[in-house]
Amino acid sequence: MRVTILYFAWLRERIGLAQEQLETDAATVTELVGELRARSDRHALAFSDLAAIRVAIDQDLADLDAPITGAREIAFFPPMTGG
Amino acid sequence: MADIRVQSEPFDYGQECAAFAQAHVDNGAIVTFCGIVRGEDGLQAMEIEHYPGMTERALHRIAAEAAARWSLGGALILHRHGHLTPEEPIMMVATAARHRADAFAAADFMMDYLKSRAPFWKKERRASGESWVAAREVDEQALSRW
Repeated sequence: MRVTILYFAWLRERIGLAQEQLETDAATVTELVGELRARSDRHALAFSDLAAIRVAIDQDLADLDAPITGAREIAFFPPMTGG
Repeated sequence: MADIRVQSEPFDYGQECAAFAQAHVDNGAIVTFCGIVRGEDGLQAMEIEHYPGMTERALHRIAAEAAARWSLGGALILHRHGHLTPEEPIMMVATAARHRADAFAAADFMMDYLKSRAPFWKKERRASGESWVAAREVDEQALSRW
C-alpha cells in the first residue's frame, strides 16, 4: 500500500523532509516506524525515542500500536504545544 | 455552529470580542480569552507550525465536544500560525451561553484541549538560538479535569 508520511516540528528538521511517499506492507504504526528507521541515519535518530513522538492516521490522533491498513496519510510529530 | 479560524495574519482582539458579542446579543453571557506571546527570557520571536487540515478538524471537534457538554449559543476559536513577536495575540476563544457557568466552563475546556490536542508546535528564537517548546506535563494532566 502507498502512503504519504508527513513530519512536523523537530521531526521534520531531524529527518530533513516535510513529507515522503512510501510503499509499505506494515500493519501497524510501530511496524511502519521500524521501516522508517531503516531508511537513513537521520530517520533512525529522529525515531530513537518513541515516547517523544505522536502519530495521526488520516488526520486523527492514534496510538503507536494502531492498525494502518487503508491509511493514506500518516503524520509523525512531537507532543503538541498550541494555545 | 462554531467559528474556527486558523490564520497567519494578526487579529484585533478587541474587534473580535465586540463582533462576537454583537453576533450573540441574545445569549446573556459571553466569555473570551486571549493568549499573548510573552516576551520573557529575551524572547525575540516565535514561529508556530501547524498541520493544515488536521488543525481545523481538531478544533472543530473540540468545539463540538464543548457544545455537547454545555448549553452554548456559539463558540469561536481563532489561532495564528507563522511568525509572531512578543506582545502579539497568538489565539483567542470566545463562548456564548444563556448563563455564565456554561460559557466559562466551555471556554476553559476548549483551551485545555487545544493546548495538547490541536496540532500546533511553537519554536522560540532568542539571541542564544532557536528551540522547540517542550510540551508540559501539567497541560496533559489538565485534560483529566474533564
